[in-house]
Amino acid sequence: MRYSGLRVIMEGLRGNTGWTPAWRDPDPKPEYDAIIIGGGGHGLATAFYLAKNHGMTNIAVLERGYLGGGNVGRNTTIVRANYGLPGNSEFYSHSLKLWEGMEQELNYNVMHSQRGIINLFHSDGARDAAARRGNAMINQGDDAILLDRDGVRKLLPYLDFDNHRFPVYGGLYHPRGGTARHDAVAWGYARGADARGVDLIQNCAVTGIDIEDGRVVGVQTTRGAIRAKKVGMAVAGRTSQVAEMAGFRVPIESHVLQAFVTEGLKPVIDHVITFGAGHFYISQSDKGGLVFGGDLDLYASYAARGNLPTAEHVVEAAVQLMPVIGKARMLRSWGGIMDMSPDGSPIIDRTHIEGLYLNCGWCYGGFKAVPGSGYSFAHLIATDAHHAPAARYRLDRFRTGVGIMDEEATGSQHNLH
Amino acid sequence: MRVTCPHCGERDRREFTYQGDALALFRPEPDAGPTVWDDYLHNRGNQPGRVRDLWYHDPCGTWVVVERDTVTHEVFGSEAAAEVAR
Repeated sequence: MRYSGLRVIMEGLRGNTGWTPAWRDPDPKPEYDAIIIGGGGHGLATAFYLAKNHGMTNIAVLERGYLGGGNVGRNTTIVRANYGLPGNSEFYSHSLKLWEGMEQELNYNVMHSQRGIINLFHSDGARDAAARRGNAMINQGDDAILLDRDGVRKLLPYLDFDNHRFPVYGGLYHPRGGTARHDAVAWGYARGADARGVDLIQNCAVTGIDIEDGRVVGVQTTRGAIRAKKVGMAVAGRTSQVAEMAGFRVPIESHVLQAFVTEGLKPVIDHVITFGAGHFYISQSDKGGLVFGGDLDLYASYAARGNLPTAEHVVEAAVQLMPVIGKARMLRSWGGIMDMSPDGSPIIDRTHIEGLYLNCGWCYGGFKAVPGSGYSFAHLIATDAHHAPAARYRLDRFRTGVGIMDEEATGSQHNLH
Repeated sequence: MRVTCPHCGERDRREFTYQGDALALFRPEPDAGPTVWDDYLHNRGNQPGRVRDLWYHDPCGTWVVVERDTVTHEVFGSEAAAEVAR
C-alpha cells in the first residue's frame, strides 16, 4: 500500500478501515541466502539495501524482541554530519545525503527535520577547534557556519551568555543537521524491506552460530535452526554476546547512556544545541517535550537504566546553560546499551570467520548512521568488498594502529569517547 | 549504586572513577607480540552479569577491583587492586 496525503484523507472519511499491516509476520524458512541478526535501525536498513541495491530478497532479519525495540527506539533522534577525521567525514556525509532522500525512498514519513545543530564553544581554543572542524565539514562538501557570540544570540537568545564558568563565545552551526522520528525510521525500513520480500522474524533470539571449517553455515534460534552462508551481526550493545557464540571477542565495552524528556511545552527551542563543555545537549520534539541528555554513566552496564549522579549532572548543566527551562518538569528518563569502541568510531567489516560480518561500535552516535550503515553493510555482505564511504571502518585498525579514528583524542579506553 | 572500597567501606558512586575491565592488571610481557597486545588493550569479554572491573577511589587514592553485576548494578564486594595483582 502506497502512503500519501490523499490516502490519509480518504481513510479518514472511511473510518480508517482500509489500512493494512505495514509488514508480514512470517515463520522462519529453513534456509536463506543471508541472515541479519538484529531488527533495529541498522539491521533493518541493511536488509532494505540488500534487497533494493543488490537484489538479495531471500534474506531474513532475526529479532529477539520486537522490531525497533532497542537503541533506535530510545535515542535522542539527532541527525548530523559534523565529523572531522577522514573515514568518519565521508561516511556521515553519505549517511546525511541518504537521510535527505529517505522519506521519498521509503514512502514513509520519518519527520526528518533539518532544523540545524549548534555546537557551542566557550574559549578561544575551543573556537579554533570549532573553526577547524567546520573547515573539515566544508571540505567534505557539507555545511558549517562559524557563529560569533552575536550570531548565536540571534538564534538562541535564551542562553545564559555570561555564565561565569562557561561564557558563550560562539557556536559551530550545521544547518543541515536536525532530528527525525526515531521509531518511524525503523518502521520505514522494515516496511520497505518486507515489501521487497525480506522476512522480518520477531521473537526469534539467536542462541548459537553454526560454523564448519571456518565458514558460517547458519544460526540456532529459539525458533529452530536456520541455514545461511552469510550472516551479518547488527546488534549494537549486544555484540559481545553474539560474538561469543561464534567464539571470539570484540573491541567493545557496553555502557549505559541516559536520556531525559520533559512535559510538553510550547515551542521554545528551535534547533539542536550541544553544550560540550558541560556534557549536555537538547532539542524539542514535535510533541513539545524537551529531549536532552549528557554523558555516559561511564561504567560498563547492560541495565538499560542509569544512576542519579549522571542525571543530576545533566540537569545541572541544563539549568546552567539555559535557566529558562529551570521550571520545566521532567517526565521520564531512560537508558540504552551503547557499544563503545576503543577509538569512538564504528566497525563495518568481515570477521576471521568466512561469511560472518560485523557491524558495531557506534558508541552513542548510531542513530544518524542508520541509513549509511545499512547501505555500506549491505554492500559488504553482498559483494564482499568494502563500500567506499565505510572503507576505513576496519576491525584490524586496533591491531595495526593504522587508521585509528579517535575524534576527541581521548585514547584507547572504551568509555572516554 | 554504591561502590565498596576495601579501606573506606561502602561509599557513594561519585567518589569513584571507572577505569575499565580488571584485566588491565594483567599486562602481557613486552615482547608478547601485536596480537596479544591488541587483545589486552582493545578486546573485552563484556558479557552481561557478574564482572570484575577496576575503579579508582578518589578520596583515599586506592585502586579497587570491584565485583558487581552489570545487569542489576548490584555490587558484591571489592579488594585492593594491589592485592589482586600481587
